[in-house]
Amino acid sequence: MPDPSSPDPAGRNAAVPPPAGAGGAGPAQIATMGLGGILVRFSDRLDDGANRAALAFRAAVEAAGWDGVEETAASLGSVFLRFDPARTDAGALGERLAPLLSGRDWYRAALPAGRRLWTIPAVFDGPDLAAAAGLAGLTPEAAAAELAGARLRVLALGFAPGLPYMGPLPAHWDIPRQTALTPVAPAGAVVVALRQVIIFPTPTPTGWRQVGRSRFRAFRPGAATPFALAAGDEVRLRVVDADELGALAAADPEGGGAVAEPIG
Amino acid sequence: MTALRVLSAGPGVTVQDRGRPGWLGYGLSRGGAADALALAEGAALLGQSGDLAALEMAGFGGTFEAEADMVIALTGAPMRAAAAGARLRWNATHHLRAGQRLVIGAAEAGVYGYLHLAGGIAVPEVMGSRAAHLTAGLGAPVAAGDRLPVGEGRAARAGLGLDPADRFHGGRLRIVASAQTALFSPAERARFEATGFTRDARGNRQGVRLTHDGAPFRAEGQLSILSEIIVPGDVQMTGEGTPYVLLPECQTMGGYPRIGTVVPDDLAVVAQAGPGARLGFRFVGLDEALADWRRARAGEAARLAAAIRPLVRDPAEMADLLSHQLIGGVTAGDDLGEEE
Repeated sequence: MPDPSSPDPAGRNAAVPPPAGAGGAGPAQIATMGLGGILVRFSDRLDDGANRAALAFRAAVEAAGWDGVEETAASLGSVFLRFDPARTDAGALGERLAPLLSGRDWYRAALPAGRRLWTIPAVFDGPDLAAAAGLAGLTPEAAAAELAGARLRVLALGFAPGLPYMGPLPAHWDIPRQTALTPVAPAGAVVVALRQVIIFPTPTPTGWRQVGRSRFRAFRPGAATPFALAAGDEVRLRVVDADELGALAAADPEGGGAVAEPIG
Repeated sequence: MTALRVLSAGPGVTVQDRGRPGWLGYGLSRGGAADALALAEGAALLGQSGDLAALEMAGFGGTFEAEADMVIALTGAPMRAAAAGARLRWNATHHLRAGQRLVIGAAEAGVYGYLHLAGGIAVPEVMGSRAAHLTAGLGAPVAAGDRLPVGEGRAARAGLGLDPADRFHGGRLRIVASAQTALFSPAERARFEATGFTRDARGNRQGVRLTHDGAPFRAEGQLSILSEIIVPGDVQMTGEGTPYVLLPECQTMGGYPRIGTVVPDDLAVVAQAGPGARLGFRFVGLDEALADWRRARAGEAARLAAAIRPLVRDPAEMADLLSHQLIGGVTAGDDLGEEE
């Protein structure tokens, strides 16, 4: 009978010491996930350095092209490697991950190359705008102005295809999810929680609060570029009224009037 | 291209294959057949590639009509099936003649039944797969009026059957530790292993909800967990403290605490557990789970092939039955004792 208090008798769930100067965000932890997964966690809290580390470290693992690694993904503060357990194992990959981790200060890594700044038109008339503004200590008008004035960064893509987790917003936007789920927020909905903004690519049940709506499609199945945004891109929401949004979407059904320009 | 016409279909009928790997980093889960073994069994019965697409039927099938002669296979959750008025055996291959109707009813056990066509279902690939991924907006449920194009294939044999591994009545699932297992106290993990669960009515290709008697399961700091990558097999504890086991069409990130991951070879048991089925969990070490997995992979194709044997023929179709018995005194083949 296995002892449930020893989840990994092989002892492969280990911490790697942080590099000098990593601040309070380290150390990175390596843990197995199922039979064919490894998670490298830079932080268990939303943190700019850990997000930079996750994006840069994922790119480095991709570039390394290790045998048996089938795909990688970055989340807000961690990197996941899916591998074929018939070709490699967590122990062998851990031996390659450790020196890569300690080889540089990932928490101060540059953001990815080729980033773009998106300007996405949105109407701030969401059903939860007043409630979200209240939790942030703002009037609805001030909340909309703050959200539209913020330069958001795409911290991660995930949950649903192309879905951008964007932020961070100022600390007063650290508002919780609702306990009751909204059965369906429509595609294009602009929602907030936890100092982050999401634009839903598909109709989605959610505990986040809907403050507005766009006609931006972050996932375009069948298109040459199915995923519009990339982690590291920046996003500005531009306030429009319902009529203007309708006209923009009529002219640009997938982008809803969004414009992208290179950064730097 | 010839096709199978859909005259009617249940609400959960979709085209599925082995899924669409490679997009996890963009938020698109792999998806694919809920019961991957059933897909492999159909491919083995028809002697074709496991990469071809089949029709997955959640709980209920539909009525179909062949535009041309074809060979089909039926696997996964056993369902009542008939063609030209005659009952068709599940886990077997059959002829479907041009113009004949195939009627597939409700599942008799389990959840997901599969209808395979020799040559596969040749709907166009989108992003590398033919699988519908409804939560992502890829593909659509199969509905009356659809034509399912039949791919080019080698001739398949009708009249073959196999004995499937029983995975349609729940059971105890092997689970390995994951990146958040340590957030649950040893006592909470022990209680989890000792608890019997029931598959709730709420369940789909994204995952199934379980219920249990007793206190909710709690993890340390469970309300402030940063969203991380999640994978099929992960057992999330939802806000109400009940387990939710993720299946192939799950989301790719989540912030609920995960107590562990069901091993891949037991995931079909979760998918095929119908509402009310009893499920439990048993932690196994990663080395043991990997050894089991590798043993199961070695010779998997050979084992499937060996499980296939000719069906005893229906006497009504067996014009030479009498001569067999008169001449040989026994049935001609090695099929004695293989009746249902």
